[in-house]
Amino acid sequence: MSTPPDSSPPPLRSSDEQSVGDPVPDGLMSHSAPDPSRVEGSVYDGLLEHHDVVGDDARWAFGTAFEDPLAGVDTTVPDDVDASALAAYCLMLGDDALVLSHRLSEWCSRAPDLEDDIALANIALDLLGQARLLLARAAAADPSVVPPLPEGSPVPAEDALAFFRDAGELRNVRLAEVANGDFAHTVVRLLVLATVRLAVLGRLVGSRDPVLAAIAAKGVKEVTYHRDYAGRWFVTLAQGTEESRRRLLAAVAELWPLCEEPLQVHETERAMARAGVGVDPGEVRDEVDAVLGQVLAAGGVDRPDVAALAGVGGRTGRHGLHTEALSRMLAEMQVVARAHPTGRW
Amino acid sequence: MTATAPSSPSTGSGQARIWDLASSVPDPSTGSGQARIWDLASSVPDPEMPMLTLADLGVLRGVREHDGQVVVTITPTYSGCPALATMRDDLVHRLRDAGYAARVEVALSPAWSSDWITERGRRALRDHGLSAPGPAPRAPAGGPVALDLGPTRRRLSCPRCEAADVALVSEFGPTACTAIYRCRSCLEPFEHVKEI
Repeated sequence: MSTPPDSSPPPLRSSDEQSVGDPVPDGLMSHSAPDPSRVEGSVYDGLLEHHDVVGDDARWAFGTAFEDPLAGVDTTVPDDVDASALAAYCLMLGDDALVLSHRLSEWCSRAPDLEDDIALANIALDLLGQARLLLARAAAADPSVVPPLPEGSPVPAEDALAFFRDAGELRNVRLAEVANGDFAHTVVRLLVLATVRLAVLGRLVGSRDPVLAAIAAKGVKEVTYHRDYAGRWFVTLAQGTEESRRRLLAAVAELWPLCEEPLQVHETERAMARAGVGVDPGEVRDEVDAVLGQVLAAGGVDRPDVAALAGVGGRTGRHGLHTEALSRMLAEMQVVARAHPTGRW
Repeated sequence: MTATAPSSPSTGSGQARIWDLASSVPDPSTGSGQARIWDLASSVPDPEMPMLTLADLGVLRGVREHDGQVVVTITPTYSGCPALATMRDDLVHRLRDAGYAARVEVALSPAWSSDWITERGRRALRDHGLSAPGPAPRAPAGGPVALDLGPTRRRLSCPRCEAADVALVSEFGPTACTAIYRCRSCLEPFEHVKEI
């Protein structure tokens, strides 16, 4: 690497160079970007091993500020669609992704091998991306769903929804939230939730809400990989060693009572399906049954004949009724954000 | 820095949409302002695969001028792609350095496809030891996506030694868009950009 001789002061690359369309207050960035003209280089040099990149001034922008993930996307709600119901629906889809993403991310550095550690982190990242878009869409449709934060807080709406709602305000199904068990437990949970999600997103591509349709079209491609991954591991564990099969069967037995809930319809889902905006999960039951049947058969596993975990007074995860596991998970997930509601990162 | 304006679609019908968008940009030989903006924006490298420009990767969707400001449209490769904010900042800086006030917008639809990686981008990937994606799978319109429980089959060759005897290590690689392979001939691992 060669650097041009330059006696001028190092260029400032901080908040004064943020997008002018999205002005950022001074001091928002956590650190100033490294100065590429410094002779001793910086810790980032190793990342830029290609000669056509090193010294490329415009590349020095590693500090990133908050941004609107829907910048430039038309988030106008169709005239005849109830905006608050649309927001509630987006929270349901978004919270499923958010909570499952967090459970998967808990495997970071703990998976059985490096490849699966990376695979689970990749899947978690895809789901977090979907969650971010869906929570941002909920906030754009109905700003009143966003928890109030202190004046001057830089926390964007989707982060406020992720980090400043209590368990009772989350709308995810309970299957997404129960605490991690062993790897087989994660495989079974991911298989069922990815199967339902792929079937729902596949139909949501035709949503009358163009934002939901676009999020779904991207999600279909991603969740296809997630479902295949989980399906292959399900069969591998089921047909592997005596121990792997024992663990898989135990996971199936433990989780199956929770597998009915994602197929039950909540009134918001029904209303949004009727409006041509959402999907009634009851509609995907046959497809989900067929896919799960295929995996169970390939693994030589009988479909458990167990009763679904009941709600309380008819309320389940979609109503904000959760297991204790979600509160514990949120306590860890939200603690830093809640400690610094006006924090700038 | 060389920057090419979109010229001809290279592979696959999946590129039709992006070239439609890009076709509103004048030929750079005319020297018009918008062509220069396109050239500047299309020369910005991808943060995670810097051998590719954003145009080569197919995430750069268009440039336009609005109220005296340059508006650049990009699309994420994957929903959770952490590089998007860096792309945004790099574009704004590149254009700012050239004297343009710029902002970046996101286009979610149509969703990015690996088919949009240009022929030049595919060559750059291979030149840097990455395997370029094959044609993206096409889901039957409106129908369910078929479950695939078998090993993923791709006809690849090692980007280092060109041997065809390669093995999939994992469908999920160090970035959201790559899978990890190993060459059984030269024994080197390599990344393959996944088809989506």
